[in-house]
Amino acid sequence: MSAPVLQVEDLRVAIGRREIVHGLTFAVEPEATLGIVGESGSGKSLTVLAATGLLDAPGARVTGSSIVTDGERGAVELVGARPRTLRRVHGDRIGFVFQDPTTSLNPLLTLERQITESLEAHRSLTRRAAAGRALELLEAVGLPDPEQRLRAYPHQLSGGQRQRVMIAIALACDPALLVADEPTTALDVTTQAQILELVRALQRDRGTAVVWISHDLGVIGQVADDVLVLRDGEAVEHRDVVELTDDPRHPYTRELLAARPRLGVPGPPAVDADGGVLLDVVGLDVRFPVTSATGRSFVHAVDDVSFQVRRGSTLGIVGESGSGKSTIAHVLTGLARPTAGTATLAGQDVLGRVPADLRRRIAMVMQDPFSSLDPRMRAGESIAEPLRAHRLPRDGRSPRERVAELLELVDLPADFAGRYPHELSGGQRQRVSIARALALEPDLLILDESTASLDVSIQARVLDLLLRLQAELGLTFLFIAHDLAVVQQMSHDVLVMQRGRVVEHAPAAELFAEPRDPYTRALLDAIPPERPRAALERAG
Amino acid sequence: MRLSPRQVAAFLGRRLLFSAVVLLGVLVLVFLLVQLVPGDPIRLALGTRYTQEAYDALRAASGLDRPLGEQFLSYVGSALTGDLGVSFRSGEPVTQLLLQRLPATVSLALVGIGIALLIAVPAGIWSALHEGRVSDAIIRVTSQLGVSVPDFWMGMLLILLFSTTLGLLPSSGYVPITEDVGGWARRVALPGLTVGLVAAAIMTRYIRSAVLEVASMSYVRTARSKGLPAGVVVGRHVLRNALVPVLTIAGIQLATILGGVIVVEVVFAWPGLGRLVYDSVAARDYSMIQGSVLLIAVMFLLINLLVDVLYALVDPRIRLA
Amino acid sequence: MSATTEQTAEPTGRLSTVRVLATNPVTVVSAVVLAAVVVVALLAPWVAPYGVNAVDVANALQPPSAAHWFGTDDLGRDLFSRVVVAARVSLQVAVVSVAFAFVVGVAVGVVSGYVGGVVDTVLMRVVDVMFAFPVLLLALAIVAILQPGMATTMLAIGIVYTPIFARVARASTLSVRNEPYVQVARTMGVSGRSILGRHVLPNITGPLIVQTSLSLAFAILSEAALSFLGLGIQPPAPSWGGMLFAAQGFLSQAWWMSVFPGAAIFVTVLAFNLLGDGLRDVLDPKQRTLIESRRRR
Repeated sequence: MSAPVLQVEDLRVAIGRREIVHGLTFAVEPEATLGIVGESGSGKSLTVLAATGLLDAPGARVTGSSIVTDGERGAVELVGARPRTLRRVHGDRIGFVFQDPTTSLNPLLTLERQITESLEAHRSLTRRAAAGRALELLEAVGLPDPEQRLRAYPHQLSGGQRQRVMIAIALACDPALLVADEPTTALDVTTQAQILELVRALQRDRGTAVVWISHDLGVIGQVADDVLVLRDGEAVEHRDVVELTDDPRHPYTRELLAARPRLGVPGPPAVDADGGVLLDVVGLDVRFPVTSATGRSFVHAVDDVSFQVRRGSTLGIVGESGSGKSTIAHVLTGLARPTAGTATLAGQDVLGRVPADLRRRIAMVMQDPFSSLDPRMRAGESIAEPLRAHRLPRDGRSPRERVAELLELVDLPADFAGRYPHELSGGQRQRVSIARALALEPDLLILDESTASLDVSIQARVLDLLLRLQAELGLTFLFIAHDLAVVQQMSHDVLVMQRGRVVEHAPAAELFAEPRDPYTRALLDAIPPERPRAALERAG
Repeated sequence: MRLSPRQVAAFLGRRLLFSAVVLLGVLVLVFLLVQLVPGDPIRLALGTRYTQEAYDALRAASGLDRPLGEQFLSYVGSALTGDLGVSFRSGEPVTQLLLQRLPATVSLALVGIGIALLIAVPAGIWSALHEGRVSDAIIRVTSQLGVSVPDFWMGMLLILLFSTTLGLLPSSGYVPITEDVGGWARRVALPGLTVGLVAAAIMTRYIRSAVLEVASMSYVRTARSKGLPAGVVVGRHVLRNALVPVLTIAGIQLATILGGVIVVEVVFAWPGLGRLVYDSVAARDYSMIQGSVLLIAVMFLLINLLVDVLYALVDPRIRLA
Repeated sequence: MSATTEQTAEPTGRLSTVRVLATNPVTVVSAVVLAAVVVVALLAPWVAPYGVNAVDVANALQPPSAAHWFGTDDLGRDLFSRVVVAARVSLQVAVVSVAFAFVVGVAVGVVSGYVGGVVDTVLMRVVDVMFAFPVLLLALAIVAILQPGMATTMLAIGIVYTPIFARVARASTLSVRNEPYVQVARTMGVSGRSILGRHVLPNITGPLIVQTSLSLAFAILSEAALSFLGLGIQPPAPSWGGMLFAAQGFLSQAWWMSVFPGAAIFVTVLAFNLLGDGLRDVLDPKQRTLIESRRRR
């Protein structure tokens, strides 16, 4: 057996006086994929950037060893290597794909220029020969119309297309190792599936070894041969992907596996059919003017959408970015104005000028736990704000008592009322946001991607909390998410949206068992299956 | 670079429209300048030379005896055709007087911005690329000192050093470049240096922060991940993207110098627009003040328009939205 | 499972701004220098050893000495006393004019940013028009309309620095207005006034404090320039700019006449600038004041 492409020994990374990565040892075998998985703060990106000599943080100190070996071209130590040595390795022996395709490409250069640069640097190709190679690469990564695209600029491409270009750049010099740092995290699920396929196909054709970093065990299962589970800069478990999934040894791995959203988890208990309809939306239509440097145009964000939500039930709305799902939430809460259509809550109009006492019956929890609380307000003040606005509670208790009660309701100790948002973790902040929404004593709670930014283990707990609250308080939910597995777990009925239109609307059980619309099927197919791909391949 | 004519036209059209709106506002403000003077501007302007005949003649010539709306329309009408009225003081056409002074100010401003760019561009880039090192600290401290120096004091100190003490350069006067290049250069040296050093201090700070901002961008990491030579990463990826903010600040500095050299022109007895504004304010020659303020504001708008056009050339996101 | 088992951020408490600032030696030194300047200015009548206009022709144009620390001018007046008293004038003009610019500018900017629409368009076009005039030119035009003097100087500088406050306040308001926590407050039926007072204003104070410090520096420079041109503070009141104007005629005979008043302006302005920079690092991490003032000065 030949030497590993990348052999990392006792890698330590410290920033300032704090050690963040504590002595990691791992290897990447030729033509194989190592998946590195961990939640936020685990140090997974830092580890790989340090091991490949691309870390550029002020005050960072890297020790240990990381050796890249490339067939007859020999081995190179990357830790502590001189810039010249690293420049010869980067782009040539190691290619990189980063997370956010919107910022990873230079906005001022054509795609051709961005691909040919490394060919010129490492292969001494002429401009013309490099251009020819760039065209081949764009074809290889499946970009439509590659000849035209050579002359295009990044802003003219979609997110998925940009990520394909990033892959073309990374593979331009046929590197022995491809480092992919959360390359699909910013993409929609169907685009993610395409990129996963693409990387696998390219890897097969070219025999490239891959290090794939992700927070998502589902994605890792699709690409990896071996998995390294990281927590707080330490390796928790490092094994073959199938063994790890079937027989996790470390409790943290077990927790991660258990917490990840997966299809087939039973939905919430059925609701009483005689509850009646709470929310009735008919023919909702929203257009936004978009002003750019060169003119004005309109985006048809929501296109003739109608649906009903039964009291006490959850309607899940799924769709990819730009599907208009969040716009619906904004219209129902008065943040956006509809162009046409009606919406009534228990028979009362909620669009246009809405009396305060009706407005408070629809509450919303937003996605980002960091920015949805005012950084200058203590948690208790945030929760008390709606109480003050609506003179609640009206049963004679003081707002302070009510705040304590709400904190208890979301499983937070009462003394958290005195904490500022920066003193809370992401999950705790989201609990405060939920408590604040409940302070309104709403009938309808809109959850707009409310758990999407949380680590999976925390997401699972917040979802449990929401289910419990629905059962205890008889709340009706509008659960907006891009993750079908989470929607299945939470919803009685599901609405699938694509480019502002409803493509399918059915009871959850029915929709997941027999999806009718091709788009719904595409969404479901795009979800990484629970079993690692390697397991199926070995079995088959 | 490939330009799509339709989109460039649309972009420039919007910018032109914006400039026209601002120009209208400028005209209103400049027009109101004379109207807002408490008392009678003509009487104030005539001062001790007051006679009833002179008063009536000047009043009729300046159109101040007509209704306000009519005055404004005729003011805008003549301003657009380049007629800015006559000086209250000398009776000569304002436009002619302004044009006589323009070359001196423009040559001073160009020398100043040239010196500023020569210093600020390398210093700002060096400082950003060596963030946290000793050289960065020295450049930052120096530019901070430069920003805090009053320009006229800097001029006086330069005169004290180069003229009074060393006797190397003249401390005042102006010779047109068309007459005597050497004499012009010797005389423009000190005022040009004064203007240039202050502008350099301001620009160094902005260029440093612009370069630092770009250097932290994800696409610069992509460029490094390709193993490109350091010069290519900095030149093609960092500096090119930093060009847009640098263009902005250079344009604004040029405009500011054109309209802001008043004190420097006074210190060095430089017969430019600034000196003219100063003399006109002292003499309460309102039509002259009006004319020079308008000219300077229009130059400011033109420079901004020019910067916008350069943007479109540099940035495809503006060009091909 | 309880939420408290989730990883909790350290309950360190809000690090007070003052404590963070105190770790930066440059900021501390500039604050101390400023405090000294302010104290000297307030106590000027007691600090100044001679009367500001105590003419003593016999001792004209004396170089610095134990009796006259900064020397004397062409009329034999003690320059140290004049510089000290002028500090009071300069600071007074700067504080009053920046206060004016702050109040008007912030009101315009917050309304413009929060209300948006036509109001925003109109107000911002007015600000754009004011931006088309260089600072000193606009100030001169205002002085030309009114009579030169201290009140006019304050008004002129106040008007000139209003647009920058309007821009900073508007940009900050816009970004705060689109923060999810403001959107949530709106969906909860919290009144516009309450949102402005409880969310928007507290969250835009950082950039405004920074801008105030920098504007005080600019205002002192502008006042000095106006007084230098004889259109600001009028004699016999002493002013740094006016003293420099008088010094021009004696550059070769009496260097001290131009060096000390100039140094006084320089040190004061430098201290305000350094303090502003130190504040910016702590209070305005998004560098809003830098971005906005790119269009000015």
